[in-house]
Amino acid sequence: MTDLFSKFDPLIQQRETLLATGVTDPFNLVMERVISPTQAICNGRETILLGTYNYMGMTFDPDVIAAGKQALDDFGSGTTGSRVLNGTYAGHRLCEEALKEFYGMEHAMVFSTGYQANLGIISTMAGKGDYIVLDIDSHASIWDGCKMGDAEVVPFKHNDIEAMEKRLKRIPEGAGKLVVLEGVYSMLGDIAPLKDMIKVAKDNGAMVLVDEAHSMGFIGPNGRGVAEEQGCLDDVDFVIGTFSKSVGTVGGFCVSNHPKFEILRLVCRPYVFTASLPPSVVHTAATSIRKLMHAGNKRAHLWENSRTLHKGLTDRGFQLGTKEPQSAIISVIMPDLERGAMMWEALLREGLYVNLARPPATPAGMTLLRCSLCAEHSAEQVQTIIGMFERAGKAVGII
Amino acid sequence: MDRAATAAKIAELIEPFNKKGVALTDASTFAGDLEWDSLTVMDFVAAIEDEFDIIISMNQQAEIETYGQLIDAVTKLQG
Repeated sequence: MTDLFSKFDPLIQQRETLLATGVTDPFNLVMERVISPTQAICNGRETILLGTYNYMGMTFDPDVIAAGKQALDDFGSGTTGSRVLNGTYAGHRLCEEALKEFYGMEHAMVFSTGYQANLGIISTMAGKGDYIVLDIDSHASIWDGCKMGDAEVVPFKHNDIEAMEKRLKRIPEGAGKLVVLEGVYSMLGDIAPLKDMIKVAKDNGAMVLVDEAHSMGFIGPNGRGVAEEQGCLDDVDFVIGTFSKSVGTVGGFCVSNHPKFEILRLVCRPYVFTASLPPSVVHTAATSIRKLMHAGNKRAHLWENSRTLHKGLTDRGFQLGTKEPQSAIISVIMPDLERGAMMWEALLREGLYVNLARPPATPAGMTLLRCSLCAEHSAEQVQTIIGMFERAGKAVGII
Repeated sequence: MDRAATAAKIAELIEPFNKKGVALTDASTFAGDLEWDSLTVMDFVAAIEDEFDIIISMNQQAEIETYGQLIDAVTKLQG
């Protein structure tokens, strides 16, 4: 018998080698207690959270919590059904109404996760004979959506407008085209030149999907994302987003102005063949989305935090993923996985949690310590974080 | 461009990616003999696409494992 697990042997070996050095397993951390959007108890120690995607700090907002508790009382713990059968409650509709208002769009469809939103929309929209043209650094959910559908998949070099254009022009005449882009690329925290890319896509007859998961809530005058910031949101056919970042719970969505959009509720399998979100989740999401519409001050503070951390780490000699801060993600490039894991552990001992990101999630085989800031991080906390990085970096020999 | 001319052009393009100087035959594999990772494959495919002004979609790439298969595919894709 062939052991079907044998294909994982190289990874098992790599993990064993890493853990044999005595380093704490970076992929097995437990948050024992969560104190606030920016603090938790990990391994018995009070820890500053700097790797949570909780950009706007909505997870402990009193109105959000109250809405969730009320929904548990009024609607129970779960829907036990699909959105198209018994699983659409008042809260799902509230959520879709809030999204339509938030983005100023005609249609909104709520999925059970952001992953499923990409999986569903991409695999359903691009069918046999159609072409998907996508950035090579796209998120796993985008790649999986491509794999699940029957379209021809054509990647191009990250943020390379010319490479994208060349590929669009080579697609046979008459074939359907879907260009898939992201607002913020979460590994390095860099943004896409969406305005120019979308113009090229439209000039070549393609429809455009933009994943704004990491920009919702704080990029753009109304927090609608990078497309809003660059003044090209009207040219986007599908915006994909998530509730598990700025919104502070779990779930995914697609908003669109396409007149035929509603038919997707019947043909999109990751929407139909799964249980809908629990009532408490959709009520917390709807409340949070409405509050994010009026969060201008929080957005401004988050940007301050991002700029302060970027400058602080740059001044101390760390190599970062972007030359200037482009989002709430500041990515610190590590020389290799082993020293990355050592640095991650040294930071944890200082009382700081960041994400350790490694291939295949990262581009170009990089090991990254990914920091995501929160609007609830105080200016003092950001200074504390910079001090922790400096001590840990010197201890591990990275700076 | 016929198969021989296509093969000659591909041989030229493969040179900078063939860091170990592996001697190529039609049966040489990209993953096995050339030991290319996915990033190298991506850069090489882009170079081939731009040279011949064609698209080799991910779906088509999945069926191309050897040097010979690549030459056949590019010859065909040029129409």
